[in-house]
Amino acid sequence: MAFRSAVVTFPGSNCDRDMAVALEKVSGSAPLRVWHGDAELPDALDFIALPGGFSYGDYLRSGAMAARSPIMQAVVGAANRGVPVLGVCNGFQVLTESGLLPGALMRNAGQAFVCRTVALTVATSQSLFTAGYEAGQTIRVPVAHHDGNYFADEATLDRLEAEGRVAFRYAEEVNGSQRRIAGVLNEAGNVLGMMPHPERAIEPELGGSDGRALFESAVQALVSA
Amino acid sequence: MKVRIHVSLKPGVLDPQGRAVHHALEGLGFSGIADVRVGRLIELDVADGTSDADLEAMCRQLLANQVIENFRIEKLETA
Repeated sequence: MAFRSAVVTFPGSNCDRDMAVALEKVSGSAPLRVWHGDAELPDALDFIALPGGFSYGDYLRSGAMAARSPIMQAVVGAANRGVPVLGVCNGFQVLTESGLLPGALMRNAGQAFVCRTVALTVATSQSLFTAGYEAGQTIRVPVAHHDGNYFADEATLDRLEAEGRVAFRYAEEVNGSQRRIAGVLNEAGNVLGMMPHPERAIEPELGGSDGRALFESAVQALVSA
Repeated sequence: MKVRIHVSLKPGVLDPQGRAVHHALEGLGFSGIADVRVGRLIELDVADGTSDADLEAMCRQLLANQVIENFRIEKLETA
């Protein structure tokens, strides 16, 4: 069965092609490309990716404008029906702004744009995105962001941890994120937002392949469903 | 009707931008500054009679992110 995925492009997205290449290399099927102004998604999608970048120039707040674009209503609807949705970097910001994920991504505590490969700890293997990792495993994935400082109130953070919804943590100080959270899942586990870029780490030629298992996990979850 | 929307970070939310401005002011020789918080001012020119409920909805749905921000609506002119 072909893996039917879609990558959404907003004005100012700049990792949409990388995301499409990663999905095609891992799944064997080229993703469909969707524009922010589209009102509908293609039918019967197995996976939706919101890529990194600087949608709408980060106007107002990072991800704020993109979260109100026409396609996002369709993405929210698909997510609520259980379609897996991955948001990376700006895609994570769009997911929090759209309400699909709790919390917010604020300016890095050090105020500087951080662009380097960082160590992450896999916090749970109990999700369709992280099943290919071991809980507690350390992986190395690039980050490139100015607004990656994850914030949520204490009650929300406690709930995320209690419910196993923290997917990844920074193994080192990166941006001031509460409890070093690098990626979170929604309640149903089918929506993942993360600041690090797994699509930039899918083969040794890119400097690392630790991100590949995330895409393999998602493809495997479909095949075995 | 002109309306100003004042958006500010909630108390307790770390404001790296405010901290940088704070340090810069001290670097210029100003002393006695306890804290600096940077917010956002949004000026709207809306139809006379726009309801308070609509203005609040604009703030809640887009202009402020209530996870981290508070907003205050200031009406400058009334019809």
